[in-house]
Amino acid sequence: MKYFPLIWAGLWRKRTRTIFTMVKIVVAFLLFGLLQGINQGFGTVLRDLNVDRLYVSAKTNMTDGLPIAYANQIRAVPGVRALSHWTYFGGYYQDSHNPLPAFATDPEGLFQVYREIKVKPEYVEAMKKTRTGVLISDSLAKKYHWKIGDRIPVGTSIWTNKEGSNTWFFDVVGTMDLSATGGGFPGFYINHSFFQEAAAFGNGVVHYYLVGLNDPKQATQVAKTIDAMFANSSNETRTQTESELAQMQLKQIGDINFIVNAIVGAVLFTLLFLTANTMMQSVRERTSELAVLKTLGFSDTKVLTLVLIEALLLCLFAAFVGLALASLVFPVLKPIFGNFKMPMIVVSMGAGMALLLALVSGFPPAWRAKRLNIVDALAGR
Amino acid sequence: MTALVTLRNVTKSYVRGKQKVEVLHGVDLQIAAGEFLALMGPSGSGKTTTLNLIAGLDQPTSGEVVVGNDRIDKLSRGALADWRARNIGFIFQFYNLLPVLSADANVEVPLLLTNLSRAQRKQRVKTVMELVGLSDRGSHKPNELSGGQQQRVAIARAIVADPTLLVCDEPTGDLDRQNAEEIMNLLKALNRSQGKTIVMVTHDPRAAEYASRELHLDKGKLANEEVRHVA
Repeated sequence: MKYFPLIWAGLWRKRTRTIFTMVKIVVAFLLFGLLQGINQGFGTVLRDLNVDRLYVSAKTNMTDGLPIAYANQIRAVPGVRALSHWTYFGGYYQDSHNPLPAFATDPEGLFQVYREIKVKPEYVEAMKKTRTGVLISDSLAKKYHWKIGDRIPVGTSIWTNKEGSNTWFFDVVGTMDLSATGGGFPGFYINHSFFQEAAAFGNGVVHYYLVGLNDPKQATQVAKTIDAMFANSSNETRTQTESELAQMQLKQIGDINFIVNAIVGAVLFTLLFLTANTMMQSVRERTSELAVLKTLGFSDTKVLTLVLIEALLLCLFAAFVGLALASLVFPVLKPIFGNFKMPMIVVSMGAGMALLLALVSGFPPAWRAKRLNIVDALAGR
Repeated sequence: MTALVTLRNVTKSYVRGKQKVEVLHGVDLQIAAGEFLALMGPSGSGKTTTLNLIAGLDQPTSGEVVVGNDRIDKLSRGALADWRARNIGFIFQFYNLLPVLSADANVEVPLLLTNLSRAQRKQRVKTVMELVGLSDRGSHKPNELSGGQQQRVAIARAIVADPTLLVCDEPTGDLDRQNAEEIMNLLKALNRSQGKTIVMVTHDPRAAEYASRELHLDKGKLANEEVRHVA
């Protein structure tokens, strides 16, 4: 501890250079924290996803759809507690820059499958009574200043209605609190019965059946039963748990784990050279000062340790700031990723990476300082 | 007279590129405890090399270097560093203060290697800064001090750990006449009042006059000696 002022002063010998190096490390660890945090967060979300829900889609492709007539057969499978369905509507509000996560559904069944959605019973009743009704999430209501009673024009590039228009009109009949469902959960529901009547095509088809189970342990058995029931039919099914479905959808984006590791690896590798170069430059400039320390009685090992601690201070402090900033950014990303937090494992990994960075980048200059010959250094050789 | 420093048949060679250069050729020298010795001679005569050997900064190629009771030519690098911390105070031509530290912090550096508490270190620093007449400049960085003041700080750093021997390499080489005189008077006072043994390398005959003995080196050998009885 008594050497701290000496180390600290050495660290700030060239203030601007130290600040720039710190900024580089902060940015790198901010990136590391965010990417690894999101990566780990995806993993956590996938693990925590409900296994008492199944998703049934066409085996060939979700967009091929399944007959609405399957509903009664699926509902009759032992272990099925509740059933609903989703048909992707995919609209937008005013222009295509304002996409809406719109689905046609059976509202009553939906809230039995997703019991964590908070919605007032009177809104569900109003939905049943209003053919053109729509239930919207609180966040959408807030974003577009919509309120109950508003009539909303929704454009769609997929569905033309029987009037030949791509603009549909819906009446807001209620709002939902989706905070318990995580980020990205659809927040705009229209009546499937109205959609069927009004759409120019695609009648009698749903994209997903949503199956609520009595017992999560029966998930595999119920999935097998459903798929077996429609095997060799013209509309074969693929039944997945929520977690499997999410993993499949994530894989469509890409191997997030690989992408994250590749980016972080490249950044840290570059950072290693930058930091090592800064430390080496700093030691080279201080050759005579380090020689003076040795002259005064500092041993080779002590000088090596001082330089290494300097590298550790630089890297650990900057990495801590980067990770702290990353953890502050997570709440800002809540609308996109849901309720993610910086996992402790990422903090530990970050500290480990910073330690490794400090040791690898600090060791060559520290070794050079250790090997410094006093007489040559003082003579400027 | 008790010899504090003894050099016996000391040689020192360096390899520069492909050439081996012998700088000292069998130097024999004794320096008494409490003596103030000036080592003089032309450039390349081996003054600084002799000083480095006495101070344990370098090892002889052959011969013996004894300081106090220690055969320092036999010590390992680590042991020599420890020995320097306990026994030697250094004063350089260009002061060699650490630019990032205040004057007080510079003076405190040798004490970091001791077991003294923070309070004891601060007290020692205060005492020596008063001794060199810079008690009001302790918080200043070296670049905020004049050359003469920086050399005083360097002297304070050299004596703060109470070493047996002070070695000075051209201590007035970078100073004007007035500051040079002040520094030499300070060194003389340390020699007289505190009994510090001082070995000083200098080109400056005026600085050498403050010493009790002058030794001249020429081409790696002791050339002649002049003993002076200073009042």
